[in-house]
Amino acid sequence: MTDRSPDLDADVDVDTTAPDHTGSPATRVLGLAALATLVLWALYGLVWSPPDVNQSDAVRLFYVHVPSAILAYTGCFLTAFASGMWLRRRSRGWDALAAASAELGLVFVTITLVTGSLWGNVTWGTFWTWDARLTSTALLAVMLVGYLALRRVEISPAGSARAAVMGLLLVPNVIIVNRSVEWWRSLHQTSTLMKLEPSIEGEMLTAFAVGMLAGALVFAWLLIHRFRVAWLEQQVEQHDLEAAVAARRAEAGVPQTTKTTEAQPV
Amino acid sequence: MTSMLLAMDYPGYVATGWLGAIGLVGVYAFATLRRGRKLSRRVPPGDRRWS
Amino acid sequence: MWRDIALVAERDLRIELRSRVTANQVAPFAVLILLLFAFALDPDRGILEKATPGLYWVAVLLAGVLAINRSAALDDADGTRDALRLSGLEPPAVFLGKVAAVAAELLALEILLAVGVAVLYDAELSGFGLLAATLVAATVAIAAAGTLYGALVGGLRARDTLLPVLLLPVLAPVLIGATRAFESALGTTVTAGWAWCGLVGGFAVVYLVAGSLAYGALLEDS
Repeated sequence: MTDRSPDLDADVDVDTTAPDHTGSPATRVLGLAALATLVLWALYGLVWSPPDVNQSDAVRLFYVHVPSAILAYTGCFLTAFASGMWLRRRSRGWDALAAASAELGLVFVTITLVTGSLWGNVTWGTFWTWDARLTSTALLAVMLVGYLALRRVEISPAGSARAAVMGLLLVPNVIIVNRSVEWWRSLHQTSTLMKLEPSIEGEMLTAFAVGMLAGALVFAWLLIHRFRVAWLEQQVEQHDLEAAVAARRAEAGVPQTTKTTEAQPV
Repeated sequence: MTSMLLAMDYPGYVATGWLGAIGLVGVYAFATLRRGRKLSRRVPPGDRRWS
Repeated sequence: MWRDIALVAERDLRIELRSRVTANQVAPFAVLILLLFAFALDPDRGILEKATPGLYWVAVLLAGVLAINRSAALDDADGTRDALRLSGLEPPAVFLGKVAAVAAELLALEILLAVGVAVLYDAELSGFGLLAATLVAATVAIAAAGTLYGALVGGLRARDTLLPVLLLPVLAPVLIGATRAFESALGTTVTAGWAWCGLVGGFAVVYLVAGSLAYGALLEDS
């Protein structure tokens, strides 16, 4: 870093606590714990647990599918909660949390859909059926994509009411869509998923539990890092905004009140 | 039995599912860390002290 | 409150009467969709008649998105949003007024499309009580959710492209419910028509409440 302004270089003594990345001792510990449980999860899920009586090895897809589905909906609800809190408090942190959890929700909803259709092709012989849960999860994915698209075009450092309202609406939307689709399909056919779902016990239950733990740790680790990225983005946008205002002021010949570091952001 | 025939396909599906999931999370994690590093350079140290 | 609602609705409808964007552009587009469906699904094969309720509501949704976009665009021009915020009108009243105006336009579109379906697809309209109730419920539902999402993307440069992506997944339950109710009314399939109509009505109430609550924050924001 060569282009730092002098007043920033005065902070050199605290530089050890201001790393050039989003990591911290806490995330390093969390990351290692996540990696360790991931290995354990792979061993339980792929090696130590027996194949299912009905589904044989296909059941192993469930050890990925179910935790990621739970995490996807967790991300969605977290986004709505953070959006609601932003509307009350209007503080940057909640906006950053909403952004981070929505993106994580999209990652895990993608995994859910992919593993779900792989499992479906093995068990039902087709990648896609208009099953109630499948359909509403797909719509959730589209809504998350839309939410992130809205966030992308809206540039305001401290968060916006639009993003917050849309984030808050995710929960009622998901509930209404889920109920209506469930009802729509149940009039045609009984849910086949329920019947095929295995009754889990023993090693398989352990594989599930370890999978949940590993998923939760990975989710937490990713969430912290993504939250810090969102936080940094806000700082950069704020900085750019101030620089632009200062540049405009300088153009108009008004004496500058704030010191500009870079008028042209890289 | 058809289930035994199908069973031969299972490892492929299971591997695709697991590798796909781990791969996606890995790529996303990598991208997030990279984004963090890039952005960090543009932010004064006082605004990125993680406690 | 009622006066404010009427005021905003009257403003939007008066703009429509003068500019005739919905009448001259959206309505022909809606009819065009019906023609496109007929080209895609050969009328002689009987698919059209079976699928009429679904095609009808898809046409309503696609044309409706344009009408809603137009309604959102009205507030983007010439600092209208600021004027609205400073006008002293209650934000929920502004929201409900805009919903009323959009609903009126949608109802006109739907009647036009119903005539179109009856003529072009040879659909026999029956079960008029259920048809009318579903029409009203779905119209309010689409107008309420549409106006809320229109305000959500209003003032953004990407408004035109963003609105359908955000709005259509949300309206999926309305499409399902209204289609089932119509099928029941027309007798194509035996379903619980009134229950589906109730679902659409419930959706409309949820979005009328949510929009009234959120509109203030959205007006302030942009």
